[in-house]
Amino acid sequence: MIKLKSLHKSYKTGTTSLHVLKGINLNVEKGELVAIMGSSGSGKSTLLNILGMLDIADEGSYYLDNVLIENLNEKKAAKYRNLFLGFVFQSFNLINYKNALENVALPLYYQGMSRKDRQKQAMEYLDSVSLKPWATHLPSELSGGQKQRVAIARAMASKPKVLLADEPTGALDSTTSYEIMGLIQKINNEGKTILVVTHEKDIAKMCKRIVTLKDGVIVEDKKIKQVIVKQNV
Amino acid sequence: MFSRDSWQEIFETIKKNKLRTILSGFTVALGIFIFVILSGFGNGLQNTFKEFFVDDATNVLRIFPGRTSKPYKGFKAKRRIELKNSDIEDIKINFPLFLEYISPRISRSASVKYNNKSDNYTTRAVAPSHQASEKTIIMKGRFINEADIKDKTKYAVIGRKVANDLFGDEDPMGKYLDVGKIAFKVIGVFQDAGGDNEESFIYIPYTTRQLIEKANDKVDQIIIAYKPSIGHSGAVSLEKKLRLFLKKKKSIDPTDQSGIFIRNVADELKRNEDFAGVLEAIVIFVAIGTLIAGIIGISNIMVFVVKERTKELGIRKALGASPKSVISMILQESVFITLISGYFGLASGIFLLRNIGTALEEDYFIKNPYVDLSTAIVSTFILIVFGAIAGYIPAKRAARIKPIIALRDE
Repeated sequence: MIKLKSLHKSYKTGTTSLHVLKGINLNVEKGELVAIMGSSGSGKSTLLNILGMLDIADEGSYYLDNVLIENLNEKKAAKYRNLFLGFVFQSFNLINYKNALENVALPLYYQGMSRKDRQKQAMEYLDSVSLKPWATHLPSELSGGQKQRVAIARAMASKPKVLLADEPTGALDSTTSYEIMGLIQKINNEGKTILVVTHEKDIAKMCKRIVTLKDGVIVEDKKIKQVIVKQNV
Repeated sequence: MFSRDSWQEIFETIKKNKLRTILSGFTVALGIFIFVILSGFGNGLQNTFKEFFVDDATNVLRIFPGRTSKPYKGFKAKRRIELKNSDIEDIKINFPLFLEYISPRISRSASVKYNNKSDNYTTRAVAPSHQASEKTIIMKGRFINEADIKDKTKYAVIGRKVANDLFGDEDPMGKYLDVGKIAFKVIGVFQDAGGDNEESFIYIPYTTRQLIEKANDKVDQIIIAYKPSIGHSGAVSLEKKLRLFLKKKKSIDPTDQSGIFIRNVADELKRNEDFAGVLEAIVIFVAIGTLIAGIIGISNIMVFVVKERTKELGIRKALGASPKSVISMILQESVFITLISGYFGLASGIFLLRNIGTALEEDYFIKNPYVDLSTAIVSTFILIVFGAIAGYIPAKRAARIKPIIALRDE
């Protein structure tokens, strides 16, 4: 599903150049649940940005579902993001003046779906994260866990090929974190490819594979025995 | 770009961000409102100036006698000059190519009585052609005619106000008025664009007045209408020639500034028009300043709005909004708000002008303030365009921001 070949990225700060990614090679198959670990400065966020087409690599190639991602202009990147990728952020990033349903429906709006259809589809996804009764609530009326579930529903609503989660549990307490990871596992079990960036070991252990980055290179890449979260939602 | 869906999205955004909408809308509405009021007042001032002249013909010279200030040909200084009927005849004979008509005027104040009602009015003893120079409009009966002049009839043509004051509902035609203890028969009622002031005059034949005053042949002033075809320069040279002609006839030193006065209505009109023009320029300047202030206001708000929405725009981009859709969303929103509130400011400005319009006439010399609708619409349009430009620059910058930067947690 994802194929990275000797990916390089450096940031120029004044006269010095900071080499962040020093040749990343990574293959992720369809249906995998991969944790990307690493301390801060290891390059994991940069890697996620490149995977999310929010940033462009200097060197190397990136295939997503056998499509070479290159020459991205803003318009093309926006289209690819909308069709291929779903994002889940640490701070949820819901639009605060839109209710849960409208937030979930937003990517469908940018896909050009009719209002009726996207309301219906958004409601289905909201139901799949057990938040149907909260459809008309604003984000400010939801708990952290509920917000993240809305964000996951929103990321899933556009039927992306890959779900990218950037510290999805970073702002949540451990009980809620496990709930969210349980939801991510459930979505993964339905066949979705998911990448989770995290620095928490217990969260990483809930994935099927852990990729560890250090100083811009992959130092460890192993499949693990997944810790299954008990579903109680 | 203008699909129903994107409008729905905009309406929702507007509905859910009331403060922002009201703030930017208020700026625009206020800008247009003040612009409309100011241009209305400017126009009102101009109307007031123009009105001073609407009731008179403008191709008119008025000749007044005065006292000489220099001795000349054996006459002493401070000699009183008098105009006579013969002067009118001489002017007629000497300036036939220039003249359209000529009329004397003798003004006298008199106590006027009808039955038990009485009041003081000014009588104007004139020739028939006086009707044209004052643009007197006959409502009933007729004006003084040549036969009246010849027969020195005791006929009076009264103003509408005189008729209302003395006769009330009664028809004044054919009734006899006591004018300074002499009975005059009312043969006509007139109105005048000059309003009540002009409509409180009573016109009588000038020969009748001269007969009453010991059968003399003196006139107060001579009113001359020149042919409009001679133009302004022709009028100036006519004025000069007339002055020389009369000074020679009356044995006045040609360099004497008093003795004979000639007032050119067209000159006064031009002076007033110049003054009104300066006033208008000031009003336009202030109005444009208001418009610019409005533009700056809307620009500030747009910069603020985009800044406030940076994160939201980042989210939208991460969810697949193209830069174009981000820009067009912000622009459509701002244009929509400007349009609605601009219309609101326009409407309330016009409404206010309509309602206070007449109240200002008495005290502030602002008559019938109105605003040219096309001017108002153009200014609203300018505000919309600049609001859009002001929104476009920050919107474009926001659309270029990488979502990851907009979404960074700080």
